Amino acid sequence: MTDIAVDIIDLTKCYGDFVALKNVSLGIQDNEFFTLLGPSGCGKTTLLRTIAGFEDVSQGAIRLYGEDIAGLPPNKRPVNTVFQQYALFPHMNVTQNVMFGLLRLGQGDATARKRVTEVLELVQLTRFADRLPSQLSGGQQQRVALARALAPNPKVLLLDEPLSALDLKLRQAVRLELKQIQQDTGITFIFVTHDQEEALTMSDRIAVINDGQVQQVGTPREIYEAPQNKFVANFIGETNLIGVTVVDVSGGNATCTLPGGAQFTCPAAMGATAGPGHLSIRPERVAITAPETGVLQGVVARQVYLGTDMHIDITPTGGETITVRLQNSETTHIPGNGELVGLNFEAGSARLLVD
Amino acid sequence: MAAKTDLRRFTGFLPMTFVCLFLLYAPLIIVMVYSFNDSKSITNWGGLSLRWYEEVFWGVESAKFKAAALNSLSIAVVAAISATTIATMAATAMLRAGRFRGKSISFALINLPLMVPEIVTAVATLVFFSAIGFTTGYLTILLAHIVFCIPFAYLPIAARMQGIEDVYEQAAMDLYATRFETFRLILLPLMMPGIISGFLLAFIISLDDFIITNFVKGAGIETLPTAIFGSVKQGIKPNIMAISTLLLMVSVGFVTLSWLVGRMGQNKK
Repeated sequence: MTDIAVDIIDLTKCYGDFVALKNVSLGIQDNEFFTLLGPSGCGKTTLLRTIAGFEDVSQGAIRLYGEDIAGLPPNKRPVNTVFQQYALFPHMNVTQNVMFGLLRLGQGDATARKRVTEVLELVQLTRFADRLPSQLSGGQQQRVALARALAPNPKVLLLDEPLSALDLKLRQAVRLELKQIQQDTGITFIFVTHDQEEALTMSDRIAVINDGQVQQVGTPREIYEAPQNKFVANFIGETNLIGVTVVDVSGGNATCTLPGGAQFTCPAAMGATAGPGHLSIRPERVAITAPETGVLQGVVARQVYLGTDMHIDITPTGGETITVRLQNSETTHIPGNGELVGLNFEAGSARLLVD
Repeated sequence: MAAKTDLRRFTGFLPMTFVCLFLLYAPLIIVMVYSFNDSKSITNWGGLSLRWYEEVFWGVESAKFKAAALNSLSIAVVAAISATTIATMAATAMLRAGRFRGKSISFALINLPLMVPEIVTAVATLVFFSAIGFTTGYLTILLAHIVFCIPFAYLPIAARMQGIEDVYEQAAMDLYATRFETFRLILLPLMMPGIISGFLLAFIISLDDFIITNFVKGAGIETLPTAIFGSVKQGIKPNIMAISTLLLMVSVGFVTLSWLVGRMGQNKK
């Protein structure tokens, strides 16, 4: 099992009565860009800090390439962290900051300096080697933080929302760069974010976390297209949740009764059961048709203009509002308010969720 | 543009300000001016002269004052260094050891001496020393000074430390620094402006302490303040004004230095 970089086994972390992490199990693979995604307060940062060693665990184990590190202090763990606020040492210049970890590992001055030059080249900061952190822009500070954490060649690099302090344009540029650096160095990255777009664009795999529990683990495509439960479907992108009555689940497919009475068969998430349930369907996968040809009928309630797209809100008979995304083109027919329309979607676009 | 609520518009504030400033600084200025008086009188001006400064350094009483000044300085240096070290350790424990039993009591115990009347501390210290059979002298003054300087050193150090986020220490630990290396290489340099401020404050407090010193010093040893008081009891002579002026200059110098160091630390952050 050497291809597992970080193995988190049944990890629980409590603060008094508050359970921050509940029976979390995750296998993060070697050389993977792995993202912990969730809303603020979901426990993703706590999980990262337990891997770094800043928090002890209440129960469970953390294995780094097979070795249990849960009891080790941070300075004995071959992992490094890029902090959200960078935490660059304000009294040291860029070179001294980057060299800090190397010297603590007992490297000689010459060896350490050579490595500093290397990583500063990697993050394109060679020109700023003698500056103090206070003389750098936010983006540059972020690069120093990255260089400092990469310099000791950690087995795993932990990144705690490192892009959140940057402005939007810079953030988008740095995303691609981070991914490139991860691929070039071959170091396993564990990246914490609450930004789903960030997670989708950079990650090899994502763990969606809510309420201290892992909701789903998968590739960005799996997470977006085959969400496991209501939380994941709602948190990643936009979705319509349609309340249905599930008649039968078998062989990965579910047969259910839609509002209005139509029978519909579509893929089901693992663990979905018969009874009341929810279908998830993305707004761009719903088509507006003539009333009689749709699996659902409804009345147009609202149109929202978004530039490239239009959002049409439709209230189906006996159900909650469904949003349809239409591309904004001259040939698209936009139904008017109050018009009765049909809604149709492919079986493969809908998915029965675990409630 | 001064608003209607600007203090300067209230009647009587300006004269009041001047009365306060006059009462505070007129005596100091008079002492400073008359220390350059050529006359033996302390009220009549007899021309400009440095004779009382010569008297201080080379006059009849010069040996006494030199010994006292030496005691004062050596006690102030040792007391300030000791108090600053203890205060730094105390601040580290108070602000970096998380929550521990008796934390608020510890905080009160560190700062209470600032509020206890000095005369009470003086009597208590003397009683304590005699109770344990300690001979009063240089050592008792030194011990007393170390103790009462601690809260003065503690305040600027703790204030500085409170402003340092613990994420720097976490970053250092993450980069393989041991606890001690983290303290020495990260926390200590970041705290340094506070520590220097604390040291200078403790130094000044020790240098001009009179009440406690007078109680615990015993016979045969003087610090500058007690020596000055001793001289003044036999009548005020102009050389006392010269010594006072010198002491004032040292104090002002150190307080300014302490302020500058504090400001430097703020700019750097």
